[in-house]
Amino acid sequence: MAARNINFDMDLHHMEVTMESPVDEDVVHSSFSRLIEEQSGSLDQGHGALELEDLSDERRDHVTYLAAPSWAEHGQQRGQDLEVAMVNDPLIDERWSSATLRVLSSMPSRTIGRSRGAIISQYYNRTMQLCRRRQTRPTIRDFSRSARPSIRGYGVESDCGDGSEEERKKDQLVNNLQKLSISDRVRMLRAMPLSVAEKSDLRKRAYNYKEGRPISSSQMSCCSRLKYYIIIALRQSWYSWLSFLHSLQLWQVPLKRVSGRFGTGVLSYFLFLKILLFFNIFLFLINGFFLVLPQAIHRPPPANLSQKFTGLELLTGGGSFTNTVMFYGHYSHRTLTSGCRHSDNASVPTDQPGCPPRLSFNMPLAYFFTIGVSFFITCIILVYSMSKSFGKSFRINKSQGYLAVKVFSSWDFKVIKRTSVKLQSENICTQLKELLGEVSRREEGQSVLHRLGRALVHGLAWILCLISTGGAALAVYYFSEYMHKDLETRVLETRDLETRDLETGQRLLEQQASLLALPVVVSSLNLLMPGLFNAVGWMEVYDSPSIRTYVAIFRNLLLKVSMLGVLCYHWLGRVAADPGKLLLQCWESFVGQELYRFLLIDFIFTVLGTFFGEFLWRMCSQRVLKRKRMPEFDIARNVLELIYGQTLAWLGVLFSPLLPAVQIVKLLLLFYIKKASLMQNCQAPRRPWRASQMSTVFITLLCFPSFLGAAVSVTYTMWTIRPSQDCGPFRGLSTMFQAGKQWMLELKTANPNLTWLTWIHTTMVENPLFLFISAGIFLMVIYFHTQVVDGQRKVISLLQEQIENLVSIVGEDKKFLITRLQTIHEQRRPPSRKTHRASEESCF
Amino acid sequence: MGNKQTIFTDEQLDAYQDCTFFTRKEILRLHGRYHELAPHLVPMDYTEEPDVKLPLALIVNMPELKENPFRNRIVESFSEDGLGNLSFNDFVDMFSVLSEMAPRELKAIYAFKIYDFNVDNYICKEDLEKTLNKLTREELTAEEVNLVCEKSIEEADLDGDNKLSFADFENMIARAPDFLSTFHIRI
Repeated sequence: MAARNINFDMDLHHMEVTMESPVDEDVVHSSFSRLIEEQSGSLDQGHGALELEDLSDERRDHVTYLAAPSWAEHGQQRGQDLEVAMVNDPLIDERWSSATLRVLSSMPSRTIGRSRGAIISQYYNRTMQLCRRRQTRPTIRDFSRSARPSIRGYGVESDCGDGSEEERKKDQLVNNLQKLSISDRVRMLRAMPLSVAEKSDLRKRAYNYKEGRPISSSQMSCCSRLKYYIIIALRQSWYSWLSFLHSLQLWQVPLKRVSGRFGTGVLSYFLFLKILLFFNIFLFLINGFFLVLPQAIHRPPPANLSQKFTGLELLTGGGSFTNTVMFYGHYSHRTLTSGCRHSDNASVPTDQPGCPPRLSFNMPLAYFFTIGVSFFITCIILVYSMSKSFGKSFRINKSQGYLAVKVFSSWDFKVIKRTSVKLQSENICTQLKELLGEVSRREEGQSVLHRLGRALVHGLAWILCLISTGGAALAVYYFSEYMHKDLETRVLETRDLETRDLETGQRLLEQQASLLALPVVVSSLNLLMPGLFNAVGWMEVYDSPSIRTYVAIFRNLLLKVSMLGVLCYHWLGRVAADPGKLLLQCWESFVGQELYRFLLIDFIFTVLGTFFGEFLWRMCSQRVLKRKRMPEFDIARNVLELIYGQTLAWLGVLFSPLLPAVQIVKLLLLFYIKKASLMQNCQAPRRPWRASQMSTVFITLLCFPSFLGAAVSVTYTMWTIRPSQDCGPFRGLSTMFQAGKQWMLELKTANPNLTWLTWIHTTMVENPLFLFISAGIFLMVIYFHTQVVDGQRKVISLLQEQIENLVSIVGEDKKFLITRLQTIHEQRRPPSRKTHRASEESCF
Repeated sequence: MGNKQTIFTDEQLDAYQDCTFFTRKEILRLHGRYHELAPHLVPMDYTEEPDVKLPLALIVNMPELKENPFRNRIVESFSEDGLGNLSFNDFVDMFSVLSEMAPRELKAIYAFKIYDFNVDNYICKEDLEKTLNKLTREELTAEEVNLVCEKSIEEADLDGDNKLSFADFENMIARAPDFLSTFHIRI
């Protein structure tokens, strides 16, 4: 059947031919007349389902119903819908013949996702491409096809429902599926828009040919049978591993409930929290396994000065906590060895009788590399997830098509609670109204005076925000300086007061309590300033709500970054530079304790903020103001708080290896507290929230200022600051970085065979040139990557333009062809009509 | 472990795993949900692949769908006969397409079916009107609905036939990054 193989292919080449050579038109026409012949011929074969119901009435040859074959069967039930459809269809006005309609109804755009044959042939093409691609590099041609597969590949051919034709195609598809690797095959199967029964049939056939048959035949060799069993076992274990991973999914039910009530926007906050939780679990596992566990096994003899436990230690992390695995100062600077109880001391000969073969563990080295490697892996994971989410959310962002997008993709199918569904439809309603207003406003334009006034307000708001941010940073700076001096005098006083025991205890307690002042001040600033920003933002007018959100995020971020900058200076510049001033034995532990305090106080303030900001506000507005409105959940602010807390945790990992554990507990509690408060007190946000773009922004913020800042300050500490001389794994070294160098030197003398390792270390880790080069390469890769993405974006927009032009031309062509088809059909009417009638009669 | 052997054979579960976006456990859970809808109709033993179909009215009552304005259309789009009678396979199919893992194209195909109320393979103005009324609970005035319909068709229609074909729809959906996350039902 030649006509079956005519494709309405969007091949550019083809189009040019048909467009530029009107002389050829006749050829085209004759091919179409052949098509019509075939079509009317195929009617004889009497495909009952294909018959359009109106065909039974001969005089009404101008059939109106343009359904695809498989849907015609239940057309009767949809009588009412159809009546309306008939009225609305513009093609109805012209009286098309049934054959024309048949061709129309089998056009690619109408069969997508409907007809089995079309889908099968499409996937045949696709698997074909995949097979080809695995052999050769993808060419631009292949790529463009796979990018827009839906226009291509839906041939008219298979659509007429000829059973054998479809079977043939199916066989070919099965054949192709077999050629693919298992993962590709599964991916293909899953993505096919067929029903499960059909898919599993395809799958069975695909597997049978390849794996099922050899097992039934007995002359299979032992080796291949073994291979077969291994493959089966591997597949089974892979599946069970996958389902194990699935069962690990945390908080499945609570997340469902949250999304069912508040939609995707609020859900993104909790998902972000979950991501942070995994980062911390990762850090905790690495630190716990390589640092805490070895150190806990080899506990040094307990210090003789036992301190009384007062309860304040839980808040300050000081007192009896100071000398535990929690903080840097506790860790040994020796090589830990297993087997012998007292081999801690390096001077003791290690080959005592009765000692099993030892495992030695170089603590300083482990400390250095564990922290380094964990930061490195975190960095890679962050960059990877960032690029992935960038790819997902920032496709081609054209301002056009906004209304249509809103209509079709704004409904959140996850929402299942009645009141929330109602709220959602109200929100969509207002958004649509706003958009309509915007469309009409865009046409009007604005006056210069209006714009000037607006700019003035924006400028004022920015000045206010910047001044208050600067003021907050300065306040933190001076307050930390004041507290530093205060602590100095207190420490000196306590030292002088050594005689009277009771008083000393009292003083120490006060001293500990005074340490809490700085975190409290910083956290309260963090709590109050966003409120100020909100108030300032309230007077501004923005074109779109997303700009408003971005501006609010940026202001909050600026505040947090400047605060953290000042604090880092305080710790690394003041405390670490001159630890003697505070009579500190171990400044690293002190900084670790500070970070612990900050983390804890931040948590307490968040909880308090949740309580006062959400619970009391709701009570107040409901009881006193008698309003039904509940406070909204401020996603941006809450996420920024999370990012702030995570930065603290990353900063503190070096000084307090167990800080991730604290952060894990904090996040777990926060999840339940926030969820409870959300369910109790809040309503779904009214503003539209572009969840996928926002989560990209959050991941980027987590990566760029937060992680990068923490990594820079940790590296700075490792490379340049002198560690304490009386505690910690790096005592006696000029920088922490020296630990690796020293070990290399030892290794060189102990085992000359390993000189290459030393060489690698000196060239790769110590030599700054290598570091610079690798950083340079990294930056270059990033640069090229962005350039490539940029180029792709340009190509995409160009292609899209082309498609738009092409499609409009094709639309014209389509109309032209249909009219020609119709006229040709008119000419050939009498004979085809006869066969037509005959077929009808044979049907009934 | 022993329990799951009685519902499906290993082969069946493998097939489901390969053809949908669900794991074994989730398939079993889905069967549980399906069974729950009509305990007297749906057998616990599916090894023989019994021919059982549940009517639309039962399925639409699931809490996941109950409040959804498009619930009837969703169920109809996934039923073999187009009337909303779902076999267990159709049921799995539905939640597989609506799951988190399903690719954009697959979701787009079924979303198109769902929004195509009159099943003429085009989203025409009348479909859009119905969609809008369902979305906004008929809060918009007729004039506004009309305006929104016209504008959206104008924006998304590429070939100028005043209705949206699947190609138009897919092209438009490609520009909506949120579509993937919103066209998703957690089961």
